[in-house]
Formats: sequence, structure tokens, C-alpha cells
Amino acid sequence: MSTGHVSDQPFDTTSVFEDTAAAFDTVAKAATTPEVKQPYRELGMTEDEYLRVREILGRRPSSSELAMYSVMWSEHCSYKSSRVHLKQFGEKAPKTAALLVGPGENAGVVDVGEGLAVTFKVESHNHPSYVEPYQGAATGVGGIVRDILTMGARPIAVMDPLRFGPADAPDTARVLPGVVAGVGGYGNCLGVPNIGGEIVFDPCYLGNPLVNALCVGVMRADEIKLAKAPGPGNQVILFGARTGGDGIGGASVLASATFDEDGPAKRPSVQVGDPFMEKVLIECCLEIFAADLVVGIQDLGAAGLTCSTTELAAAGTGGMDVRLDAAPLRDSTLTPEEVLMSESQERMMAVVEPAKVEAFLAVCEKWDVTATALGEVTDTGRLRMWWHGEVIVDVPPRTLAHEGPVYNRPFARPQWQDALQADVPTAARLRRPEGADELRETLLKLVGSPNLADKTWALEQYDHRVQGNTVLGHGEDSGMVRLDAALPGTSLGVALSTDGNGRFAKLDPYAGAQLALAEAYRNVAATGARPLAVTDCLNFGSPEDPDVMWQFAEACRGLADACLELGTPVTGGNVSFYNQTGEVNIHPTPVVGVLGVIDDVDRRTRGAFEREGEILLLLGDTRDEFGGSEWAHEVHGHLGGLPPRLDLHREKVLGEVLIAGSRDGMLSAAHDLSDGGLAQAVVESCLRGGHGARLVLPETDADGNALDPFVALFSESAGRAVVAVPRSEELRFTDMCVARGLPVARVGVVDGTVLSGEAVLSGEAVLEVQGQFTVPLTELRAAHEGPFRKLFGHSVVDA
Amino acid sequence: MPARIGVVTFPGTLDDQQALRAAAAVGAGPVELWHKDRDLHQVDAVVLPGGFSYGDYLRAGAIARFSPVMDTLIDAARGGLPVLGICNGFQVLCEAHLLEGAMIRNGDLHFINRDVTVRIENNRTAWTSDYEAGAEAVIPIKNVDGRFVADERTLDTLEAEGRVLARYLANPNGAARDIAGITNAAGNVVGLMPHPEYAIDELTGPAGFIENRRVPGTDGLPFFTSILKSLVSA
Repeated sequence: MSTGHVSDQPFDTTSVFEDTAAAFDTVAKAATTPEVKQPYRELGMTEDEYLRVREILGRRPSSSELAMYSVMWSEHCSYKSSRVHLKQFGEKAPKTAALLVGPGENAGVVDVGEGLAVTFKVESHNHPSYVEPYQGAATGVGGIVRDILTMGARPIAVMDPLRFGPADAPDTARVLPGVVAGVGGYGNCLGVPNIGGEIVFDPCYLGNPLVNALCVGVMRADEIKLAKAPGPGNQVILFGARTGGDGIGGASVLASATFDEDGPAKRPSVQVGDPFMEKVLIECCLEIFAADLVVGIQDLGAAGLTCSTTELAAAGTGGMDVRLDAAPLRDSTLTPEEVLMSESQERMMAVVEPAKVEAFLAVCEKWDVTATALGEVTDTGRLRMWWHGEVIVDVPPRTLAHEGPVYNRPFARPQWQDALQADVPTAARLRRPEGADELRETLLKLVGSPNLADKTWALEQYDHRVQGNTVLGHGEDSGMVRLDAALPGTSLGVALSTDGNGRFAKLDPYAGAQLALAEAYRNVAATGARPLAVTDCLNFGSPEDPDVMWQFAEACRGLADACLELGTPVTGGNVSFYNQTGEVNIHPTPVVGVLGVIDDVDRRTRGAFEREGEILLLLGDTRDEFGGSEWAHEVHGHLGGLPPRLDLHREKVLGEVLIAGSRDGMLSAAHDLSDGGLAQAVVESCLRGGHGARLVLPETDADGNALDPFVALFSESAGRAVVAVPRSEELRFTDMCVARGLPVARVGVVDGTVLSGEAVLSGEAVLEVQGQFTVPLTELRAAHEGPFRKLFGHSVVDA
Repeated sequence: MPARIGVVTFPGTLDDQQALRAAAAVGAGPVELWHKDRDLHQVDAVVLPGGFSYGDYLRAGAIARFSPVMDTLIDAARGGLPVLGICNGFQVLCEAHLLEGAMIRNGDLHFINRDVTVRIENNRTAWTSDYEAGAEAVIPIKNVDGRFVADERTLDTLEAEGRVLARYLANPNGAARDIAGITNAAGNVVGLMPHPEYAIDELTGPAGFIENRRVPGTDGLPFFTSILKSLVSA
């Protein structure tokens, strides 16, 4: 095959088209004009990749085919740099009967009992959200909701883990309010409750915010739908929104050939969402599923029609014929390449048996959803597409969907890693607060710091009540929803938590990924649910940087090892590379979502201290661990040392105790200890419950060494939680802890009004750290709840 | 036969299932009504639920108001059929001129989902008779166009005729005179921005320690027990 004409010169369009009948490239033309220079580089392909396409096809690709290969073989769609590492999630997966559908489908599915299945997944929409915060975040929600819907499930909750640059940076004032409004604007209009997430600030995200979105859905276990197109003769139906020119991105290189000078300007590369359309599409799909009218279904997300047709065809009988020009368009000037690449939102593709087409179209008609038969399934092994009578695509679909390039990118432990880990934040390295007044001051500063402050200003822009099944929402350790939508009257529920700590992962990516999993696991258990399965969103820098690739490899290895130990398989997720500003990569940020199941949502444990006189118990060991801590970050701007050490066996035992305590009605409240340590957890639980607390800090650590009050209050040792138990349950609960080998220490009581100290005159509730200091709840509330609203409350957003 | 409460579903309606659940919770017969169907199926009362009917495009409630079902409903409401419009349903009632005033964007321009305390100012309507006069109820709001406005004369008339149904204790959105809900002169048509259907049980309602006191999560139930009682006694 001659490849001598391949070069990185710009595409000379005139030479291709001027003397041909059709104004677009066809397979026939491609076969007779091997010399045409094609803009593969502009489309993000390497020369090797381009040559492989030519080898597969035995000719040069038509420009439509080139568009398809370029996008299907992109990092985003093909996972070409990550695949070799992601394999571990399957290879090391713990054996569990609960896993019904594993990685590879639109989302994983787990069996939760009572004949119900739950599907959930987290994805990233980082880059679009930096360019256009509102639409980027909105379509991030829309995309993940369609993934869940595609499995045959009703979407029942969303969560959004978000990360931004410094809270006071001018660009954060642009990005954050837009992202929050976008998450709310889309999700609220869909009627899917938002039940949790995170908002984290760090300078490393200034030029590259992380906007991750998780969705969970429920269905009957025997009604799972898969993305496949079996059965020759079955109809391929495109339904939902019309295809427009938004989100085309790289395809504009090809499309520009058809723009005359007075033609339309290039369109936005960020997609624009229409949540109303998606809401109607959800109801339409669920009615179609209930009537069993499809044999396969796929949503149109990244790579639009390209991805849906190739994935359906590749997973089915192997072939598909498509009349691309039958796709309803918003803009009649779109070229076939643009139609193939368009990421217009709110579109779905179904494979329907001929006998059921009429019934299918009738449901679409009921919901006023446009539906168009585009083609049919074949057994030719080829995906063929026509544009106004000409064949423009003729490819083996597996080569697009499953046989893309796979890279073993070089990786190596960064040279700076040792120095970073050696910079331990000891008392000698970083000055620690001394005496009662400084401790009090530190507590007030930390609870009001951007990462630890109350985020109500943002969270109340999300509807967490819609659907009426939200049992636990924002501010609790995990969100929890009842599964009533699929089984009316059931008390079965699922709990979800997402966690991630980029600072921990930077210090040690293996441990950092495990700590993220452990925290989410702990959060789910703290609400009384049994952790069942995991989804992950792996946000990293450039895979072409060996340092980053090492971080990625370590994080995957850590997560897979920990999932095996905890018995919670990864069911699916997403990798986002190239999160960087210029040459500076973000902290490696694996965000881990854990899903748990609870038999009776009435038994859930809340985080609020609400009953005077109850005993506060600290579970787990506290050590002098400040590497990557919120205190080191906020007070000293320091990042160094090692993250807290992790004992997965201990996490498991802690989880069992929290679940048993909930099941047997021993716990009134539970809150995990993580960012900000014991102090932060107790402050949050006091404020939520409107009650004070008297804390008596433990005096020795796990090894019997003296524990100073600063370490007791602010250390971020893993594997810990604080619980409130009625006096009548204290002995039973502590006996259970001792029997299971879980350290337990009495650290105080829940107070109503203060019994000693200066606030006694006002009779006000206070947090008292015995022998140290006292802070009235009103002062804590002002410190904790004031800053975020002050930072962002005045921003005006285009919405 | 129990009283039948119909709940209308428009495209984009979100809170229809929860309104049906609330109706069932008090022992009424819940009936689903479809926007394209003019027939009200002999229901005894209707709830226009919350959501974003037709995406709230053009203006909240402006398109839904022209749905086939609304033709019948407007006549029936004028004839005395009890109708409760919640959130988007309130907006539809205003657009249909069954109630005065209009809803504009919240004062801070944001969507607000918050558990707010309202005082029931008028307990003489078909939908509020089970409340004590002046009762305080913690009920969630969740809207972006929730700010009730009307001209001064209309507001004065509403006040003078005792047609302010509920007021916010802490105005969340700049609503005129803290108004959270109003009623028509006959007391059968009621519009309310907060969502009583999401305050019907301890498990999912606003329960716990809210605004310095303990709340049960069921403060919205009387809207539904009220209508049931008034239908039974009618």
C-alpha cells in the first residue's frame, strides 16, 4: 500500500472535491484517490494510527470514516492509554454474586435483592466545564443520566464531586457558580434528586476544574437492557432531539471544507443541553422498556452517532446499514462528517424488531418525541452508511469499537517523589497551635476554611427531594434513596458516597486511591448500609508524562487491591486524562464512589447529635498523621510526608460495627472522621442536630504514647468514626467493639445547654473541649456557615 | 367510595408521583390525569403538581396553561372544583387567570431547595381547614421562579379579602409581602409555592432539627387531610 502521500500538511480540500459529482467524500472516491492528503493529525491521530486505518480498510478512509476512527480511537473513547491498567479491576475483582453486569457496558449493574437491580456510574466532564461552566456541567449530568437510562433503569439520584482552584481566585468565581447552576439547572429540570457530592478547592485545579457526575438507577433484575444490535432485519431507530452542530469539536477540520466565506461561523465545541427534552425522553424510554419494545439500546454521548452505531453493531450480529441523511437535523447544512461527530444531547438509538416498530413509534408519539428509522441490522459484518444515495462508510465495526490502539505508555516513579514524602509535617517542621486559645482559634479557622466550610449556598441549588424517596441527602455521610420507584412500598434502599483526596494521592497514589475507597466505604457503612460495589472516576494529568502514568498505574493497582480486600468490585467508571494547565498536571485525583444496600431505610443512621445526654464514642486509632491534611494545607500551605496509614481489615471491621449498630438500633448518630479530623466531625454533627457536646479528648494513642490535644482534634488518621449512643446501649455497643477488636473510647456526651463556662449566663448550647476551650454553637455556626455564601453569594451567573 | 384526587401530568412535570402518593397517604383515591386528555374522569379534586412543564420555556406555566386538560379544568374550577396548584401548578393557575399575580425569578437568581417555615394565614379553604389558624408549618420549597409578585392594588385586595393563604416567616426569594400561597375568593382554588406533598412522613420529609426546633416532617399532610374532609362533608 502506498503511503508516500501522507504528510502533516493541511488538507487541500479543493483537490479532492472539485472534479467530482458529489460535494462530499465517498467510499468509491476513497478507493480511487489513495493520494489524497487527509488531516489525521488535526483530528488527533498519529501517523501510525492513520496507517493502521488504511491497512484495515485496504484503502484510504473516506472523510466520514476518518472522522469515525479519529473519534473512536481517541483517548476519551478508546481508553488506549489506560486499558492495560484498568484490566486489573476485572482480574482482581472479588468474587460476588451481586455483580450482574461488569465494566464495559454503559454502566455496571448489581443485584440488591427483592428482585431489584441497581446500576450506577461516575463520569467526568472536566474540560467542557472549564470552557463553558454552565453547559459543561449541565451536559455532564445529562450524559451520565442517559447512561443509566440506557441500562433499562429509572434514574433515581445524581451526585456531583466537584473540584476547583482556590476559592478566592477570580476564575473560580467564574467557574464555580456556573458549574453549580448547570448541575442544578439540568438535574432539577429532569426530576432526579441530587443527594450528595463534594466541593473541593486546591490551586492545582485552577486551570482545570474537575466536574464529575454520578448517577444511580433502579430496575427489576430481569429487565436489564444492553447495548447490542442482534437479529438481521431489526430496525435501527434514532429518537430524541434532532442532531445539531454543537459539540463537533475536532470534526470542524473536516467540516471547514464546506464552509464558504459567508457561511455560518464555527459552532461551539461544548454541547448545549435541553433538560426538558431529556425528561420527556426518560419517561418515553421507560414506557418503551416496560412494554418490552427494544432488543438493544444505546445513548448518544461522546462521538454521537459514530459511537452508538459502531458499538451497537459490534455487540450484535455484526453488521448495520444506516441511511445517515435520514437523521433529523437542526441545521440542514451539516455535512455527513459533522452528523457523525455531533454530540448533540438528548438522543438515543434503539434496535427494534419489525413487528414492534409501530408500537415503539406510538409511545414516541405520545411523548412528542421525534423518532426516525435510520436503517437495519445486517449479518454482513460491515457497518455501512449512505448519504444521499452514496456509500460514505463501509467498515468492520469491531475495528472502531473494540480493536483500537492500546498503548503501554512508559511510566516511572517521579524523581521528586522521595523528597516530597520525606518532607513530613512534624511539630518541628510546621508550627502547631499551643494552648487553649490557639487550639480554639485553629478550630474556628478550619471549620470555616473553603474545603471544610458548609456548602449550603451551592447545595440548596439542587433539588434533593424530588421523587420523594430521598432518605438522606446533603450533609450526611452518604446519600440514601429508597427503591420505591421499581417496587412500590419497599423499604429497601441504597446509599452512595463519593470521595477523593488529591493531596493524599499526590503523596502516594497507591495509598491515595485506597484511602478514597476506604473513606467512601466508611461513609456508606456509617449510614447503616452494606457496601456492595464501586465506581471510579480517575482524573489525571497527561498520560504522555511518565510521572503521571506512574501515578495512574499506582492508583489503579491500589484501588484494585483494596477492592479485592474489601470485597467490593469496580463495576465501571471513567478515565479522564490531560487534566493540566500548560505543563502543570493536577494532583492525581481518583474519585471513588461506593454503593451500599440497606434492607430497611427506616434503620438509617443520621449524622446529627440530637439527644441530650447521649454518649459519644470514638472508634478506631488516632495517630500523629498530618501528611496531606487539611490543617497542613490550610494553615501552612504545606503538602508533604505520607498520607495516613490505612488498614483495610480495620476498615472492614469498623464497617461491620457501624452496620450492626444501625441494624440493632444501638446508634443515634454516626459520622466518619476524615478531612479536619475529630474536631470537624463533631462540629458538623452538633450544628446539624442543634445540640452542643462536651468532649473529653483521649490522652494516649494506639501505641500507648501521649496524645496531645492538637493531634486528638485535628489528625486525619483513617479508619475512624464518632458515634452517639443512648446510655442504655453504651455497654452493649462497646462490648461489640471489643469483641471484634475495634478500639473504642468514650470521648464525651451530647449536651443541650451548657453546664459550665462563660456561656452559662445565656443558657446557650456550646461545644466544650474539656480542659481546653468552649465555643458557643452560634459562633461555630457563623464560622462554618458564613464563608461560602460570602465567597460566592454575590456572583451573578448566566443561567 | 373514597374521594378521588386527580393529578395532572404535563410533559416536564416532576412531582406528579409524589402528589399521587400524598393523596393515597391520606386515604384518597389517586387518579392520574394526562395533559392531552380533556376528560377529568369524575375526580373530586385536582392537584396541578410541580415541575418544569414544557421546560418552563417562554415563561413558567405559560405553555401548560393551553393544554387540552386545562380547558376543562378552568371551567370546572370556576364551577367550584377544588384545585391545588403546587409550585409549577401555582404558576399554571396564574397563567390561566384562576389566581392573581405571577411568579418571577428568585431574588438571588438561583434555584432554592430549602425547608422553610410558613404561617397558615387562612384555614378556611378546602385545602387548609385542617390547620389551626396561624399554624406554622415546615415545608420544602424547590424552585427558581418562586417569587410571587402582583401590583399593589391586587396585593391590597388579597390582604383585605383574607386571600393570603400562607406567608414565609423568613422570606427566601423576595416574594411580595412574604406571600407563599394564595386562594381565590371562593376558597376552592389554591396556589402554593412550597411543596406540602414532600412533607408527609418522617422518613423523607423535613424532619429533625430545623430552624432551632424539632420538626416531625409531616407538616404538609393537613393540605391533603383538609381536602379529604371537605369532600366527605360536602
